[in-house]
Amino acid sequence: MAVAPLAIVVPILAACLLIAGGKHVPRRLADLVALGAAAATAVLCAILLGRVWHGHLEVYWFGGWHPRPHGIALGIDLAVEPIGAGAATLAAVLMTAALLYSQRYFEAVAPFFHGLMLVFLAGMVGFALSGDLFNMFVFFELMSVPAYALTGYKVEERGPLQGALGFAITNSLGAFLTLSGIALLYGPTGALNLAQIGASLAGHHPDALVIVAFVLVITGFLVKAAAVPFHFWLADAHATAPVPVCVLFSGIMVQLGLLGVARVYWTVFSGQPALHAPALVHTLLALGVVTALVGGVMAFLERHLKRLLAFSTISHTGMFLAGIALLHAHGTAGVALFVAAHGLTKGALFMVIGITSHRLGSVDEVELHGRGRGLWATGSLFIVGALALASLPPFGAFAGKSLIEEAASGRGFHWIAPVFVLGSALAAGAILRAGLGIFLGLGEARPPAMEQEAEAETETPETKGSVSRTPAVMLVPATLLLAGGLALGLIPHIDAAFERAAVRFQDRAAYAAQVLHGHATALPSAHVTSGPATSSYLYGAAAVIGAVAFALAALYLPRVRGRVTVLSRAGTGAARLMRAWHSGHIGDYATWLAVGVVILGWSLGAAIP
Amino acid sequence: MSVYPYIVAGWIMVVGFFGIARSRNLVHLILCVSVVQSATYVLLLAIGFRDHATAPIFQGVAPTARAVDPVVQSLTLTDVVVEATVVALLLALAVDAVKRFGTLDPQDLRALKG
Repeated sequence: MAVAPLAIVVPILAACLLIAGGKHVPRRLADLVALGAAAATAVLCAILLGRVWHGHLEVYWFGGWHPRPHGIALGIDLAVEPIGAGAATLAAVLMTAALLYSQRYFEAVAPFFHGLMLVFLAGMVGFALSGDLFNMFVFFELMSVPAYALTGYKVEERGPLQGALGFAITNSLGAFLTLSGIALLYGPTGALNLAQIGASLAGHHPDALVIVAFVLVITGFLVKAAAVPFHFWLADAHATAPVPVCVLFSGIMVQLGLLGVARVYWTVFSGQPALHAPALVHTLLALGVVTALVGGVMAFLERHLKRLLAFSTISHTGMFLAGIALLHAHGTAGVALFVAAHGLTKGALFMVIGITSHRLGSVDEVELHGRGRGLWATGSLFIVGALALASLPPFGAFAGKSLIEEAASGRGFHWIAPVFVLGSALAAGAILRAGLGIFLGLGEARPPAMEQEAEAETETPETKGSVSRTPAVMLVPATLLLAGGLALGLIPHIDAAFERAAVRFQDRAAYAAQVLHGHATALPSAHVTSGPATSSYLYGAAAVIGAVAFALAALYLPRVRGRVTVLSRAGTGAARLMRAWHSGHIGDYATWLAVGVVILGWSLGAAIP
Repeated sequence: MSVYPYIVAGWIMVVGFFGIARSRNLVHLILCVSVVQSATYVLLLAIGFRDHATAPIFQGVAPTARAVDPVVQSLTLTDVVVEATVVALLLALAVDAVKRFGTLDPQDLRALKG
């Protein structure tokens, strides 16, 4: 049966009902309807995932507009393959958890909060499943606009207002560039269906126009994915959006941008000779590595807990981008597994910060120092989550990262694994520093890098009410998400399943044959993998040890260090420069966006044969 | 079909970006966003244009008559709807910016930094 369109229709219908009901819908009922719709979407997506799990592809044509003979697609399709279905499932699961959590998190919530959340979910599911390039743009906008509104949800405050403006303007500009790219592709090919554009480009001779179109299309997606230099909006939006919304932003929305990049590359451009593969690999790899390191350093310099997690998301997204850039099935499989584990873990960490702010009334690391000693359950979730993000073997994030490292060394990029160790150690070390300081009271209240930055964050707590106990509906979703993220790495042969999905994802010819001609091709054979290599365990251990070392150094070094050395002065100067670069000014963000497009175009265009 | 519409589209986009980067007023900045989007309208319509063709409405005309591409026109319409949503939301935020910050100058919105 047609499950795929239902997974988009159910949340939209529920949202319409809730918004039409408006103020007449009691809070409890709105909670129940929204939760029910999100859970139903999760079940539908899981059914889809189960059906395509072994590497199948399921195509649904709206209105029964099947392609004409000779493979001319006039209709619009949803093409469900395992990675897209997995992303949709992750989005629906995180949404269900976030809605469960927000029952107690918000005391007063307007009915349109639930409506916005559900439309947001529908946009994400549609984007993950779409087989049509223009519909990808439409769903991209459908998930973006509710996201802008949700960021500015507490619009009576200054921070959320500025965060929402920057987010909305940079992402809209990105979306317009994507649309221009789509138009340029439609010109020579006359098609909007991914499979059909791909089939038409595969026959073409090398073409500069295709490169321009590719750069424009992926720029919009990279803005969403917060790759440097398009990443500025992310920290501002995360710092100011309500916690349940951050769970979705960091857990899946940002990663959907990368799904967009990978999807259009493999279904549309991988057959086009002008898109020189080595140039593409080097360009995206460079972007990914820079993003991973910038995110890690910025996370380490941050004391606002939500911004800290936001920068750690940027750091991880950089690693995902690097994994996709390898253009290798191992890399893609590793990224998919890493994204799933990261989404669940990061969602749990945001919820824990929400609980901390609920109980202690602050999200400032320095202010909270040592005040979380009594919250042992919350604290242990936070610290376990930080270690899991540092890729502690054998859990989910580790399993994903080791696949990427394998792909990198297979391609001759042996330096990637150590860079990943540094990036994860910095980002996870920052989270760990905050956790050890807040919940165990270790070290000094003020880590050295932030001495100058005593900016007063005037922010009213998002929650009100019982502060003596943590409500179960807040603790349980966080625990379940974290447990899920850890368990992903323990499922036997999970890497083989992701590998199969990745092979299917990258097979343009098989995709086109099934979408355009209805020919199902033989399923990719399941690789028997030997599990992570010994070197991966060493890298995983190194990242965890590095994270602990960074965290303890930040907490204890100021006590040891008596005088200001040249090195520390240079460090502080560099840190101040890095922070000044994130100016919060929309004009700067737009300028960097334009610079990024030029860099992308130049580095890909220079390789035209 | 000449190359001019493409140059115009590119020019509008660059001008819009420049306006956003240099803007000292949120309303001006938001209108520059819609200027950038106008570039996509011009681009889409230019791509679907055919010389000596009518509008793609086949009433009272032979079905074989030469017409411009209707697909890009519907894409443009969708694009207009998207723009209306985005600009409405942005302007609503600008109204709140005046209420909270007492200014429309993006340089004075300084709640978030670093």
